[in-house]
Amino acid sequence: MELLLAITIGVLVAASVYLMLDRNVLRFVFGLVLLSNAVNLLIFGSGRLTAGAPPLIDEGAYAPTGLVANALPQALVLTAIVIGFGLLAFALALVYRTYMTLGTVNTDEMRVAEPVADAKEAGQ
Amino acid sequence: MADDYPKVDRVMGGPAGWISIAVPAVLFLYFIGLLPQIVDAPQVRGIDWVPSLDIRLSVLLDGLSMTFALLITGIGTAVTLYSARYLGQHPDYPRFVCYLLMFMVGMLGLVLADNLIALFVFWEITTISSYLLIGFHANSAKSRRSALQALLVTGTGGLAMLGGMIILGTVTGTFELSQILTMGDMIRAHPWYMGIMLLFLAGAFTKSAQVPFHFWLPNAMAAPTPVSAYLHSATMVKAGVFLMARMNPALGETSAWFWILTLFGGVTAVFASVMALRQTDIKQVLAYTTLMALGTLTMFIGAGTHYAIVAAMLFLVVHSLYKAALFLMIGIVDHETGTRDATVLRGLSKAMPLTGLAAALAAISMAGIPPMVGFIGKEFMYKAGLGLEGFGAIWVTAMIFAASVMMFVVGGIVALKPFRGDLAPTPQRPHEGPWPMLAGPLVLGALSLIFGLLPGILEHYIVGPATRAVSGSDHEVHLYLWGGVNMALILSLLTFLAGWLMYRKHEAIRARLTAFEARSPIDFDAGWDRLLDGFKGFAAWQAALIQNGSLQRYMSVTFLTFVVLVGLTYVLQGAFVTGIAFSTDSIHPIQWTVLALICAGSMLVVWTHSRMTAVAAMGVVGIGVALIFIMFSAPDVAITQLLVEVLVVVLVSVVMLRLPYLPRRSRASFRPGHALIAAGSGVVMTFLAVSIMAGDLDRRLTTYFEAVSYPEAHGRNIVNVILVDFRALDTFGEITVVVMAAIAAFALLRGAGPARRDKEEM
Repeated sequence: MELLLAITIGVLVAASVYLMLDRNVLRFVFGLVLLSNAVNLLIFGSGRLTAGAPPLIDEGAYAPTGLVANALPQALVLTAIVIGFGLLAFALALVYRTYMTLGTVNTDEMRVAEPVADAKEAGQ
Repeated sequence: MADDYPKVDRVMGGPAGWISIAVPAVLFLYFIGLLPQIVDAPQVRGIDWVPSLDIRLSVLLDGLSMTFALLITGIGTAVTLYSARYLGQHPDYPRFVCYLLMFMVGMLGLVLADNLIALFVFWEITTISSYLLIGFHANSAKSRRSALQALLVTGTGGLAMLGGMIILGTVTGTFELSQILTMGDMIRAHPWYMGIMLLFLAGAFTKSAQVPFHFWLPNAMAAPTPVSAYLHSATMVKAGVFLMARMNPALGETSAWFWILTLFGGVTAVFASVMALRQTDIKQVLAYTTLMALGTLTMFIGAGTHYAIVAAMLFLVVHSLYKAALFLMIGIVDHETGTRDATVLRGLSKAMPLTGLAAALAAISMAGIPPMVGFIGKEFMYKAGLGLEGFGAIWVTAMIFAASVMMFVVGGIVALKPFRGDLAPTPQRPHEGPWPMLAGPLVLGALSLIFGLLPGILEHYIVGPATRAVSGSDHEVHLYLWGGVNMALILSLLTFLAGWLMYRKHEAIRARLTAFEARSPIDFDAGWDRLLDGFKGFAAWQAALIQNGSLQRYMSVTFLTFVVLVGLTYVLQGAFVTGIAFSTDSIHPIQWTVLALICAGSMLVVWTHSRMTAVAAMGVVGIGVALIFIMFSAPDVAITQLLVEVLVVVLVSVVMLRLPYLPRRSRASFRPGHALIAAGSGVVMTFLAVSIMAGDLDRRLTTYFEAVSYPEAHGRNIVNVILVDFRALDTFGEITVVVMAAIAAFALLRGAGPARRDKEEM
């Protein structure tokens, strides 16, 4: 299963990288969503996969009985999911505002800070 | 040109002037007092400065450093006295004094330092203060350019020298010169010797303006005249010569050292002499003869025989005396007549007799006519040149002959012609200069005569100890005015004859040289501009290449770097981890399905050009991930993931309503290069994930949390306890991040409307 999960992570990363290299910012945002999923899976997998044993302590016990799933990566992934969501929300607002202001979702046309003419001039 | 500024009423420069005169004068007397102790035995004194880096603030007092210290403070006194009158009423005179004293400190530190790193620091102080002094007339573009040129050329050389120093320090295990100078044999045999020597010479040649780094020195004449007299004749430009002389016991006496120094020095000397004839501005004439002197000194230090070192040390003193005097003299002429043009000045001797006397004393010494000390200097140079072996003897002697002839001619041009004959009209009515300006050139000129008549003083206190310090041997030095009729004397007489003939014809020669220079394709100064333009062009090209403004390019480089660095590490280290369970027997069909769904969903996001399909496919991926969390015992994570996934889909859909459709699929929409980078990233990530999951797992923290979760935090859900108890501060930070994102998003969305759309339609 670990091997298959690793391959799935690889597929997710490949897809997100390809999307993030697109000049359309909407596709870039799609890539961002997939990438955060891939990273969450990686963190989760690094704590090993344990089926059917959530990290809970039985009533009356002081510690979990038997082997339970690794709680630490789960806590980290929880945080990561929420942070990833915050990032995505902000990125979406940014994309929206950019489109409203510049009238484009194409990164090649967003050249206010680094105008094309300057780059050409400097290159000569 | 020196007078076009609003004058400030100061007597001799006010307090700044008095201080600037007192400091070098007191130091000069102090060094004179030290002299008798140093004659017999060099001394090292000092304190630890940065002990952890083995850098000591130590001074090495020997003949060489004392000679330089006396020149720096002695000529420094003359120059500061002169400047107090020359520039004392300039509004920025106090600033000038600060620069000049800063330079003096740097120069003294440089020659006295026993620690190489300290020497470098002082070396750079002289570079920076000379930059400020050359650019003193900061409102002139020419001054600024000259200052920057001097700074860049000498600064670059200085950095090369620092490299040489560090390597030398590594080789010898110490930065103390007094120790390094005794390890000459070991250094010369070391495989890094050539590199060390070349780096040191890069510093010395740029500072002492050897061809092809000579062009900054004539330009540096943009500085006020006292600065030229001080820095560019007697002190700073000799720092390079000092360095070569200082390092001679450690780096010298090899054939590479011999040939590099004699060839570069010889070429510089003759080239500069010819260029000196070409100039009409007397200050420029003097600048080129300074180059000539520096070339000569380099040549003799390279030659390295006993007589050559004596000649170098003697000529060092001789040149400083007459050149400083001549520079100061021409400053007086400029100040009092308003011009420095050799073709205009004539017949000044009646109006300016004392200036004429100073000029004559200095110029006769420069021409090498007895009984001036310059004659002794020239005799020793011939003697040293003739004493060499093989081609070296012919080369050095020929170069000295050519340079001496030119010096004779230049002596005539700068000191004979302007003062002889009938008075020619000048911009101002000439009259004698004031005493503070005359004192320096007269005393220096007189010293040229006194040392010529009484060479024993010079021999015992200055040249003898200096020669012993440079050659590292105990040879006796004997200076004399009359050495009998020998080859050197015959060459001297030939020099006078040739010099006199050339002086008679010098105006015709100058016209020829001017015509020749106009046709010559080699122009170092213009080459310098091209070099700077080239640098700027390269920087612009590089910026345009790396920072071309394309986000795609930046992202590609970032991901490619990740793939190459991590991937290469895997390949080179052979770090592919095995031992993971490759068997797929135990995998439940549901697990297969979920993983396949995730993969298919992600591929669909990539493939589709419909926004709705993409959002749906992302939803599939998100829910697939949530299912994995459920299957592998992470119910809390799964719940969060599901909630967030719903929110993501909603948010993306809402925003998409306002955004344009994705572009239609076209032939250009598949990007093979990007696909390759993406595939590479995927493969590397897979290997990374396998390595992590197959490696050792450190469960200590988890075990700790499992053990104390209930007893200490009274929680049965360990994940929750970690989040709200053990890592509460992290969770608080997480909440802060989300709130910040919400505030920022709100700020972005507020007032956003299709404002500039029409205007920027593309």
